[in-house]
Amino acid sequence: MAFLEISSLRKRFGALEILKGINLELEKGGFLVLVGPSGCGKSTLLNTIAGLESITEGDIRIDGRTISDLHPSKRDIAMVFQSYALYPNMTVAGNISFGMEMRGVAADERKKAIDKVAKVLQISHLLDRKPSQLSGGQRQRVAMGRALVRDPKLFLFDEPLSNLDAKLRVDMRIEIKRLHQATGTSIVYVTHDQIEAMTLATKIAVMRDGEVQQFGTPSEIYNNPANLFVADFMGSPAMNLVTATIAGGGNDLHVSLARPGADPLRLPVPQMNGLASYAGREVVFGIRPEALTDPDGADRNARSVVEGDCLIDVVEPAGSDTFAVTKLGGKEVVARLRADARIATGQTARLAFNLDKAVFFDPQSQRRIA
Amino acid sequence: MSAVVSSSASGRSAGARTLTRVVIYGLLAFFAIVYLMPLFVMLVTSFKTMDEIQNGNMLSLPTSPTVEPWYKAWGQACVGLTCAGIKGYFWNSTKMVVPAVIISTLLGALNGYVLTKWRFRGHTLVFALMLFACFIPFQSVLLPMATILGSLGRFGVTLQNATGFSFGFGNPTVNLVFVHVVYGLGFTTLFFRNFYEAFPTELVKAAQVDGAGFFQIFRRIMLPNSLPIIVVTVIYQFTNIWNDFLFASAYAGTGESMPMTVALNNVVNTSTGVVEYNVNMAAAMIAAMPTLLVYILAGRYFVRGLMAGAVKG
Repeated sequence: MAFLEISSLRKRFGALEILKGINLELEKGGFLVLVGPSGCGKSTLLNTIAGLESITEGDIRIDGRTISDLHPSKRDIAMVFQSYALYPNMTVAGNISFGMEMRGVAADERKKAIDKVAKVLQISHLLDRKPSQLSGGQRQRVAMGRALVRDPKLFLFDEPLSNLDAKLRVDMRIEIKRLHQATGTSIVYVTHDQIEAMTLATKIAVMRDGEVQQFGTPSEIYNNPANLFVADFMGSPAMNLVTATIAGGGNDLHVSLARPGADPLRLPVPQMNGLASYAGREVVFGIRPEALTDPDGADRNARSVVEGDCLIDVVEPAGSDTFAVTKLGGKEVVARLRADARIATGQTARLAFNLDKAVFFDPQSQRRIA
Repeated sequence: MSAVVSSSASGRSAGARTLTRVVIYGLLAFFAIVYLMPLFVMLVTSFKTMDEIQNGNMLSLPTSPTVEPWYKAWGQACVGLTCAGIKGYFWNSTKMVVPAVIISTLLGALNGYVLTKWRFRGHTLVFALMLFACFIPFQSVLLPMATILGSLGRFGVTLQNATGFSFGFGNPTVNLVFVHVVYGLGFTTLFFRNFYEAFPTELVKAAQVDGAGFFQIFRRIMLPNSLPIIVVTVIYQFTNIWNDFLFASAYAGTGESMPMTVALNNVVNTSTGVVEYNVNMAAAMIAAMPTLLVYILAGRYFVRGLMAGAVKG
């Protein structure tokens, strides 16, 4: 039995259905990230776990106990809010200990708990300050301290890093990961940033329009996206998704990609489940930029690497890598090459397609074929 | 050429600007004098002797200033037939105003808190109805309210007979507190609702997760962060209730618990003997003092708080 179980959860506001039957599970000590574009219902889902929003149907269980009807304070959870939600009239110590005060914990015990948490988060020197006297990163730490001090069964984070600048965000991200590894607590974390999702999660739920599009480990989500939306949403730069035609059959099954000023590029595809039945039809061919590279930089462990000549439109040296833009199947396609790959704008270059990593989607249903 | 043109143009505009300034400040000064004139006359008159008032110019400064009229107004002036000054009535007003202000402010804050953070079906209708109270002319409720106060008074008598204690029902001061709380609620609710509308809801959610209940959140999170709007409401309510004459004269117009405003009216209207203008003026100054003090002490917050409520709401 999983530690956190959400089963067929629905949330309606009048006729409007915000959450349409969510099923999720998280093992003890796991890190579940809910990711999706704004308005997908991820924050609402988090609020229903916290008990700040009621649910219309379904069930939420933590450690085998149904919590759907409990008051937020009785659910044994702690929450870190997007705006930090620090009480402006209280000191840092007061903010951290407010929950304990409400539960009637004795003063000396509160003091001990505050000191312990302050030490972990390195905010001991800030305990007497008001939130208005703190920087963004310090406020973030205090907000986490307030959650940590409860020692709850489940932590809830609602886009905790979105108010920080880019550099601090990376630092705090690492800090949250370290904290998770050190304390081994279970976390549900909402973000719209797919990099945060990839780096932090043990499980990711990609959401759209109140439905879970795919639920799996970060590598499953990244390498085996279930549909076009997930493939497009996860990864930066985004996966190349172009229209292609499946041709041939038997041992000669191949995918054909239109390219300007030359014959279509033919890439042999292995006999994958279902793909043969699409022979003669259009599919969406997806390949991540790092699976499309210069031949010398190609993955030597890949089973199926095919090379093809492509006309390079734009070259973007990014320092660590060089990105090249070419046109395939009528769309711009980004390839990720080694930094010192010899390549020039307006010339044809040989690119290696790692077909182990290629994915195919049905253009109508948008579902994964192979 | 162009330099000449531009310099003459700027010279002209500078001249025009000076003229505008003169007109603006001249008008402001004129109206300030018009408005301050009565205050000036009251002040100088209150420090003059009766001889000087009867023989001198109303606007001239006192030749031999005396505080005698102030002492007399405070301790000896006649209200009706009792000549013990206005000090008793000053305390009457204080005893009525302080609870009325505190209760109406707290209830307004509670209403604003519920109307913004604990929304229920039809909360906009409830708020609209409360706003209605702001626009009802007070004269139109004098009689219905008198009926209600009368029944409360009879209830007080019943309680008195049954338990030996009336619990304040029927007491004119309590009646006035009740009336002012009821008619202040519309405004205090409006002030607090607009302020709390902009108050971050995540703080309330965080407190809920921390285990704080409805009143704990109100007392520990909402109220401590409401200082600007509390100051606005207190000033507004204090001024209105202290200066109120209509309800005061209708429900406590005679007897021991008469508030300051009614007593002042009776001092001035005393028909026996010479009209002591200096004493009347001193009494009026004393009556106006508390509201003036409140403005001076907290006026800075008043403007700031009004803006906060208006812009963010």
